[in-house]
Amino acid sequence: MQRFLAIFVKEIRQLRRDRLSLGMLFLVPVLLLALYGYALSFDVKHIPVAVLDEDATRASREFLESLFSNPYFDRVLTLDRRAEADAVLDRGRARLVLVIPRGFAQRLARGETAEVQALVDGADASSAGAAVGYLDALAARATRRVQIETIQRAGIAPSLPLVALVPRIWFNPDQESSHFLIPGLISMLMMLAAVIATSLSIVRERERRTLEQILVSPVRPMELILGKTLPYVLVGVATMGLILLLGRIAFGVTVAGSWWLLSLTTLVFLFSALGMGLMISSITRSQQVAFQLATILTLLPSFLLSGLIFPIRSMPVFHQVFSLFFIPRHFVTALRAIMLKGAGFAEIWPSLAAMLALGLFFNGIALWRTRRSM
Amino acid sequence: MIVARELTCVFGSFTAVDHVSFAVARGEIFGFLGPNGAGKSTTIRMLCGLLRPTSGTARVAGYDTGREPECVRERIGYMSQKFSLYRDLSVRENLAFFGGVYGLTGARLQARREAVVGMAGLAGMIDRITGTLSGALQQRLALGCAILHEPSILFLDEPTSGVDPLSRRTFWDLIQGLAAKGVTVLVTTHFLDEAEFCQRLAFIHAGRLVALGTPADVRRESVQEDLFEVALETLAGAREKLQGLADVLAVSFFGPRLHVFCRSGCYDSHTLGRALAARGLATQHVARVPVRLEDVFIRLVQRQPLNR
Ligand SMILES: Nc1ncnc2c1ncn2[C@@H]1O[C@H](COP(=O)(O)OP(=O)(O)OP(=O)(O)O)[C@@H](O)[C@H]1O
Ligand SMILES: [Mg+2]
Repeated sequence: MQRFLAIFVKEIRQLRRDRLSLGMLFLVPVLLLALYGYALSFDVKHIPVAVLDEDATRASREFLESLFSNPYFDRVLTLDRRAEADAVLDRGRARLVLVIPRGFAQRLARGETAEVQALVDGADASSAGAAVGYLDALAARATRRVQIETIQRAGIAPSLPLVALVPRIWFNPDQESSHFLIPGLISMLMMLAAVIATSLSIVRERERRTLEQILVSPVRPMELILGKTLPYVLVGVATMGLILLLGRIAFGVTVAGSWWLLSLTTLVFLFSALGMGLMISSITRSQQVAFQLATILTLLPSFLLSGLIFPIRSMPVFHQVFSLFFIPRHFVTALRAIMLKGAGFAEIWPSLAAMLALGLFFNGIALWRTRRSM
Repeated sequence: MIVARELTCVFGSFTAVDHVSFAVARGEIFGFLGPNGAGKSTTIRMLCGLLRPTSGTARVAGYDTGREPECVRERIGYMSQKFSLYRDLSVRENLAFFGGVYGLTGARLQARREAVVGMAGLAGMIDRITGTLSGALQQRLALGCAILHEPSILFLDEPTSGVDPLSRRTFWDLIQGLAAKGVTVLVTTHFLDEAEFCQRLAFIHAGRLVALGTPADVRRESVQEDLFEVALETLAGAREKLQGLADVLAVSFFGPRLHVFCRSGCYDSHTLGRALAARGLATQHVARVPVRLEDVFIRLVQRQPLNR
């Protein structure tokens, strides 16, 4: 206990003086969150839309109504002539002008394709793309409803097999808000902070030869490992809090589920991530190698195998299985469930168990390696 | 207190320490000499339990370093060749850390810290960051951290390298004070004047123990050759000519003079002077001189075949 405390206190004192590590633990995650958060929020809401209804029928009105009954589009203007469209877009009064041409209702009634024109301000390419994507999806849905209703009004039972159109917007396939990406981002930032910081901890002492001085003392491997990890647990929890706070202020991210469960998940995550850092630290000979190894083993799985960019379900089976061996996948799954869906322990325990297992494995190797060097 | 038996350490195909045996008694200052790469640090690391011997055993403070490393660790202090305290911590924080690591707390820690600070002459610098201290102070602090828990055995690996002569003297006063209190000290050094402070010496070369005993024993026994100091008019080419002489075993420069090792009993100062004159070397002065440790060092290193 005494020896563990000595190491713990020393580690905190060193951390306090080490601007670089502190920066890595706090500043970098915050900066990255701000950066990626904005870059990834191509999800567009409340797009101002001007409407030009040339058809002016009940079908066209119903179609428009259904289009604006969601948070993505706001009807801000009603135009009378097509010539006005350019000016409206140019002045930025609307980002999108929707034109329902004459004959919309007739065509629908005849079962033909009814065209709707969308004039988009393409200055912001990614949000323009997203807007068109939403529009596409909503139009398809709305059209279908109008279609069915029209058919029903005509007294015919809808026996046409309806083909559902599922639009895919890359990066946000489930058409959910940018909040969907935030858990992936949190996981990446926490991985970076936790793994890289600890991966340097033992190897730094090896490089500076202070490890030798500890190894000739009666300190036990367990005391050394605990004393070196616990400060980072505190730091990790603080970083997590900071990220959540920032996510809330800057992106309006809220936590749907329980904070206790989120805290538990964070602790389990830290156990495995810090263990991974320690393992890297105990098998490398120089800080440089440890840093590189930690960066690769952190960033790649965070991006590619976590579901942040590529949905796990759409990956080849091999990659799906492969991803099970990396922390981010489980952390992201659990975070999404808790933060977005408000899931309880019963739903997320497999992710926690997986992280626990990985953590035991990593810490076990770290302990074994440290014991061997003693 | 320290017993090494046939200690051997092999790195791959390279034998760093080759069947080294010796024993050190309580309160003794035992010096380890040898050229760079001789295996001194490796031997110390095996004795401290930092390195597992490839073969052979070591007992320190009565415990086997392989089987009871914990018991050994509590009783030894170690100062490694390279400075190994936390440079980014203050003197006080370093002492607190090493105290804590050895289980010192409260009043005991404070008493020991004050004793060590007083001994190392660090009073008034307790809140300085260690990395900003002078080399001599850093070394004394390292010694302080190594003796904080009052170990009965101290391993010092080149404790005085890179320190000025006066500070070295101070440091050795500290070591001798500790030994007088019954602490056993095993110290490596490249300074042969320091070797004279040791009660006994071990000379290691190429991983093998080549001489062992008191400084006087080592001087007398390990080099059973006659040593002459020769002053010549000109040194140019002299060494080569001397080495060609019968029964001359080695020649080394000694300031402006030469030290000539001759097979025992083959020359006296007159006969050597005549032999030199016959070779066309005008001598100013030839005298038989006692062998000093430095001569021993040079002869031992030259004589041993380097079979690595
Ligand atoms: N871990 C290791 N792996 C391989 N070779 C090593 C290792 N440690 C030491 N050696 C080699 O063993 C030899 C003895 O090293 P050691 O450090 O014991 O010498 P030394 O007598 O302390 O020398 P110096 O006076 O330079 O400190 C050296 O040639 C060194 O290169
Ligand atoms: Mg050495």
